[in-house]
This record gives sequence, structure tokens and C-alpha cells, in this order.
Amino acid sequence: MSSSVGRIPLLEMRKVNAHYGAVHALRDVDLSIYEGELVCLLGGNASGKSTTLKTLLGMLKPTSGEVVLDGEVVNDRPTSYRVARGITMVPENRRLFKRLTVRENLQLGAYLRKDSDGIAADLERVYELFPRVKERLGQKAGTLSGGEQQMVAIGRALMSQPRVLLMDEPSMGLAPALVQQNFELISQIHEAGMTVFMVEQNANMALGIADRGWVLQTGRVVLDDTAEALLANPALRTSYLGGSKDSGDAAEGSGEPG
Amino acid sequence: MSLTTPSEPGPPPAPEAGPSAGGAANGPSNDAPPRPPFAQDWRRIARMGAIGAIGQIFISLSNMPVKLDGRAIIEGVLSLGYLSLVVLPLAAGSRVGHQLRREGVPFHRPGAHEVIGGAACGALVGGGLSLLAILIANFDLREPLVNWSPILADLLAFNRGTAFAVLIWLAIGAAVGAAGGLLRVVPPAARRVLSTMVLTLFGAAVLESLTTDLAEGMGIEGLIEWFYAPRGGLTITGAIALAAGSGVLAFVARGRVKGAKARIDALEGPARNRAHLGLIMATAAVLVILPMFAGKLTNELLANVGLFVLLALGLNIVVGLAGILDLGYVAFFAVGSYSAAVLTAATSPKIHPELPWFVALIGVVVLTGLVGLFIGAPVIRMRGDYLAIVTLGFGEIIRLLFLSDWLSGWFGGSQGITNIPGAEIFGLAEVAGTDPRSVFYLVLAFCAIAIYVSWRLERSRIGRAWMAVREDETVAEAMGINTVNVKLLAFVVGAVLGSFSGAIFSAKVGSVFPASFLILVSIVILVVVIFGGMGNIVGVIAGSAVLIGVLGGPKQPGLLAEFSEFKLLIYGALLVWMMLARPEGLIPSVRRTRELHQEELAQDAWLRGQTEDEQDEGQP
Repeated sequence: MSSSVGRIPLLEMRKVNAHYGAVHALRDVDLSIYEGELVCLLGGNASGKSTTLKTLLGMLKPTSGEVVLDGEVVNDRPTSYRVARGITMVPENRRLFKRLTVRENLQLGAYLRKDSDGIAADLERVYELFPRVKERLGQKAGTLSGGEQQMVAIGRALMSQPRVLLMDEPSMGLAPALVQQNFELISQIHEAGMTVFMVEQNANMALGIADRGWVLQTGRVVLDDTAEALLANPALRTSYLGGSKDSGDAAEGSGEPG
Repeated sequence: MSLTTPSEPGPPPAPEAGPSAGGAANGPSNDAPPRPPFAQDWRRIARMGAIGAIGQIFISLSNMPVKLDGRAIIEGVLSLGYLSLVVLPLAAGSRVGHQLRREGVPFHRPGAHEVIGGAACGALVGGGLSLLAILIANFDLREPLVNWSPILADLLAFNRGTAFAVLIWLAIGAAVGAAGGLLRVVPPAARRVLSTMVLTLFGAAVLESLTTDLAEGMGIEGLIEWFYAPRGGLTITGAIALAAGSGVLAFVARGRVKGAKARIDALEGPARNRAHLGLIMATAAVLVILPMFAGKLTNELLANVGLFVLLALGLNIVVGLAGILDLGYVAFFAVGSYSAAVLTAATSPKIHPELPWFVALIGVVVLTGLVGLFIGAPVIRMRGDYLAIVTLGFGEIIRLLFLSDWLSGWFGGSQGITNIPGAEIFGLAEVAGTDPRSVFYLVLAFCAIAIYVSWRLERSRIGRAWMAVREDETVAEAMGINTVNVKLLAFVVGAVLGSFSGAIFSAKVGSVFPASFLILVSIVILVVVIFGGMGNIVGVIAGSAVLIGVLGGPKQPGLLAEFSEFKLLIYGALLVWMMLARPEGLIPSVRRTRELHQEELAQDAWLRGQTEDEQDEGQP
């Protein structure tokens, strides 16, 4: 994208390799996310999508390469440091704290913040964005419908005042109508200025709202292009099915969790 | 979440209908007519009867009836031993008559059907005892079954021979079972009055030593002599008076207690806080004034309960809030006791600084905190089952260290440390085991601190972090919570609260031995927490009062001293029943009940939302 030229990325992966025990989960992955972008990482099962997120958040240490947050190498920094510096994640399947109230869930999103005025203002912003969440504040999160849970999950993530929002499979486990609604939510947040990095299996949906995308296959980035180009690229489909010729050796290591 | 069981099986003495029955009883208009009396679900009756009969035989062979026969409930009418034999037919009879009120399924008005079914089931349960009487008369199985004895046979036969035993237990079973079935027939209000009467009688009999003790303190022994027989148990006149009195009271107060509670729950903001504060102040006032009139026995009991409240509150933070299943909690009780002993006693083998108790307490807190860190650091990285097993191991390791020859130069090995002085409170009073009242006040003060700390922590940022870790550790980490530190903190806070209890324990008892810190203590504390209601302060206190106060602690006798032999059996039975009928514990917090109620509303809303979503889907 032309807008990203000459700027330093907000979040970057440089030649990152990661392992689960002996399994090679990420192979020389290069990613760069610029401020204000909506980008997506596509890939099938066990392609290393979730591993990428874990590595960005610091829940998994890369075996080589660098994770760079706003120009600083954060390889040795714990998750709490990275969250405080502006990364936050909406986990796969939302994973709210089910027995806690909606209010408590939102408060936990702001766990690392000390500015009570700012927290109150951000709570108001979340209510503005999701009026339905406000009606449910005292209710246990586990009792909400799937769509409402998704709102709370995004609200919880926004409460940490993130600079970049990582979304793990936002379409996972939702009814088709809700998936549509969810992607509308994501682009709405993006239009309000949030940088979003989305990990998805549903390529058509994700590329429909994203600026750029990467395709990951057995831990390796096989495609890196703008959303339009990716959508038009026939290789997108074959790479999902593991059909490209150069992936024969990589397919052996595809047993690891994605 | 499926915490709401639609109905609860009636607890034996007071079968309260499930929460649904109260409200639903108002609209009997759409109910179906009573079922025909003899068209019973015989398979169900046979199954319940068989289970009950096996239960009866088990109870008899556990020797409970014989052992508890000495304790009278009502003089010459009913002993605790016989009570243990009529509880099951009553429960079975009541259970058989229970119908679930299902939406869209006709609810048959209870009638003769329920009574006959109950009687049949009760007779089967009683038949278990008849069978046992026949077997005892004809076979000698004393070799494996110690309690297979003529004493039991005589008790079952009321000393009148086997044939009588067979008939009388069928009859008693049928009668009691019918009574259980009848409980389903009478309207809920009458059932409530009845259960109040039964509970009052049972309570008055159980609390006999306590009330006698209090009455002596207040100088009204005369009244007590009228109620209680000289050899224990209520007098018949006393029982009738109590039953009538409590029945009238329950009738007058019906609905009002619930109404008042609902009004307090409905209050919002400052008014609600004021109401709660008033309730707390009133409770505190009773707890401060009561011991002044009470004798040694009552105060000893209260002090024991208090020590366990303190322990349970500590464990509640670890297990209830942070979700760390610690099976070795006794370790911190032990470290607290031993460090207090070493720091205050002149008889401590290695070092004996003989510090005043309150100064030593600082050392106790620091030492236990450090031990908590040392144990916690490796343990806390594990999850679930592994963590539980490892804590179990550490609990034993600590006890074995105190017992070991290696450290006997410090802690006296199996001899322990004796002659520990009492706790001196700023020169005002000496708190020692010889004066249980002062011990109780000391325990009360620490309980107040512990309750306040727990209450504040639960609502704080750190409390939320604990609950987040309990719910989903991975996501909690993604929120930026340092899960290791947060869990370690819970472990240490729990350890320090436990050490208070230990420090008071050593001053109270005057000696510490490794044998006081068996694994059983850990288990009992955990049972108290689960039984009372995990994560709930009031529940934890109620759990201690019921389990420790009535049944007794690992070494401390409770009100029913006769139960001590069967304590673990009853603990186990209570725990199983609790998990089935009320997994949220004895007293789920107001907040939680409210949430459970909201859950129903939420489900309605969710259903509505689903249909809305479907409509949305249809539009574009």
C-alpha cells in the first residue's frame, strides 16, 4: 500500500521461527502491520495462524528472528509488557470469563491501566459502540447470546486502549448471520481508527474488508499481497488445499496445532 | 451454566419443595386431577426402595443406631439412633411422591396416590431392616462385620424377637414413608410450618448442651429443667410446647421473613449498604455479648468454629477465588503453629526468644509467607489435577519435616513443643486454653480482620484478576495479567490467613505436635469451603458452624459428640448430597442468586435475540 511506504511498522515479525517442542511451527515468517491498517492472515488448519498470534503476544518465544513493536524488539518482554504497550487480542471463540459479569469482563480488559478517569471514558465509548452491552452489565457473561458475547469480547479488548487489535478467527463458532455482523463490527472499529490484525480461515469474508493479507501454509508465508490481488489470485485456493508443488516437504510438519 | 437444579430432593428432616413449587402453587387451575391411587410407577418405587433398604442395612452395620441410641432426642420416644433409621424411609417416601413441574406436561394434584406410593416405598426401605433382622438371627457374620451383633438385633427388635422386628420395621417404614408422601400433599405453607416444627425439635435436642450452658450463664436453669430431661433429650411436655410454639411462630411469620429478605435484596445503593451494615452490626453484637453468658463448653466450641472459619476463609481465597485446588493447606496451619510456638515458648528446643505473642505474630506472618512462596513457586506453574496432587504432597512433606529426626533439634520431633504460653494482649489479658472465652474473642477479632480482607480483595482489581485466572488462565494472560505472580499472591495471602489460625491454636492448646496437622485437616477445611459455598464468605462461615460446630473438627468434638466416630461418613454423605442437590453450596451469595435468577431472564432474552437474528437474516 502506498500509505505505508517510508513509515516504520507498528508491529512487525522479522524472519521469525517458532517451535512447539520439536515441531517447526513458523518458518521465517515476515509480517509488518502499519498504523491504521486492517490486515489479515489467512490459512487452513494447522498452518500456524494461532502460533503467529501467540508469538506476537509473547505467549510463545520465537526460536529465532525478531518481534518488533513500534520499533522496539520485544522478544524477551512478557505478555503484560506488550499489552501495556498497546497489543491486545480478541481470542478465538471469544472466551469471555463466563462466570464473571459483563462489567467485570470489561474491567479486566483495562487490568493494566491505572487512569480511572480514562477507564470510565472508555467504558462509555464501548457502551456507545455496543448499546446492548450496557443493558447486560450486571449479567454473567456466559449467559449472553453469541453475538452479544462477541461485542463484549471486542469491548474487553478495546478497554486496554490498544494500538493494534489482534483478532483470532472472528468467524469461528458463529451463525452465518452473526459472522456477517461481526465483520461489519470489525470494519466499523477499523474506520474509527483502530489498527486490526485478523487471523481467519474464511478468506472471502476477511479479504472483503481487509487492505492487505498474507497466506500462511504449514508455517510459511506463501502469498503476500493486497486484498484485491489475493482475491483474484487462483493460487489462494490451491494453497488452502495444500496443492502447490513446493509445499511437499513442509506438509510433513503439518500435524501441529494451528 | 446449569447451576439451577429445577428441584431439590428433600433434605431428610425438612423436605422443602424446590424453588419452583412456591410460586407455582398459586395457580393450580391448569393442573390435572390427582392420579389414581394404585396406578403407581412401581419400578421407580422398587428402585428407590431397594436403594433405601441398602442404605438402611449400611447404616445399621456401621453401628450408628447402636452408638447413637444413647443420645435421646425426645425422652422415651425417639433417640438419635432410631432417628438415623427413620430418615431414609421418610426421604424415600417424599422423593417418590415428587413430581417435576414441567412446562407443557400436566401436573397432577397430589393426593392419595402420593401417600400410597410413599408408604409402599417406605415399607421396602424398612424391609431392609426386616431382612437384616432375619439374617442376624440365622447367620453369624461377625467375623468380617464387627457390628453384626445381638445388640443390633435387639435394638432392631425392640427386645421382642425377630418376628416382631420384621413386622415392626415394615410397619414403621410404611408409616414413615406415607408421612413422607403426605408432605407432598399438604400445601407448601403447611409444609413449611411442619418442617419448622421438626427442625426446631431437632435443633433444640442437638443444641442441648449449648442452651443449658447459656441458660446457666443467664440464671434461668429452671426453664431448662422443664424442657430437658435429666438424662438428656427433650421432655415430652417440653417437646410439645416447643413444637406448638415454633409452629405458631412459623405460621405467623410465614412469608414475612422471605418478604423482608426480598426487600433488602431489592434495595439499591446506600440503602442496601445500610441494611447490610445493620445486619453485620447486629450479628457482631450477638457474637460479642453471647460469650459473656456462656460457659466454658460453649466458648470452647465457638473458638474451635472460629479457628476453622479463619482457615476456611484463607483456603477460600486460594480455591474459591483463584481456583487453585490446594489439598495441602494444613501446611500453613502447621507452619503458623510451630513458628508461634518456637518464638514464644521457653521450652522450644533450639532457639527460644520468648517473644510476646503479638510480636511473635509478625515473625509468624513473615515465616509463613516465605514458606508459602517456597511451596507456591514450583507448584503454581502447574494446572488442574497435577497441581492438586503436588500440593497434597507438600502438605505431607511439611508435617514429616516437623516429625523428622533431622529437625527434631528444632521442633522436638514427635514430642512436639509443649508448655507454650498463652497470648498476652498488650498486658490486658492472657489468652490461653484455660479461658476459652478470651480465646474466642481473640479468634473473633482475627475472623473480623480476615472477613474484611476477603471482602475487600474480592471486589478489588486483584480479586478480579484471581477470578479471571480461575475462569480462563490463557485469556487472563492475554489481558496482561501476570498469572504466575497473581496466583502466587493468592497462595501467600491464603497462607498468612491460615497462619493466624495456627498461631492462635498453639496459644490455645499450649502444645504443638506433628500429629495435629494430618492431611485430614486439609480435607476437612476443603469440605467446609465446598459445603458452605465456594467463593462466598457467609457460606464459608455457615459451613464451619454446621460441620465443625455440630459434627466436630478433625480432633475437636462438636455438639453431637456421639457423631465423632461417624463424622467422616457423614461428611462424605453430605458432600455427595450437596454436589447433587446444591452444587453452589449451602449459602450461595445474594449476588449469585440474583445472577441465577437473571440467567432465566437472560435465556428468554437470548431466545428473543435468536428469533430477531433470524428475522434479520431473512431481510437482506
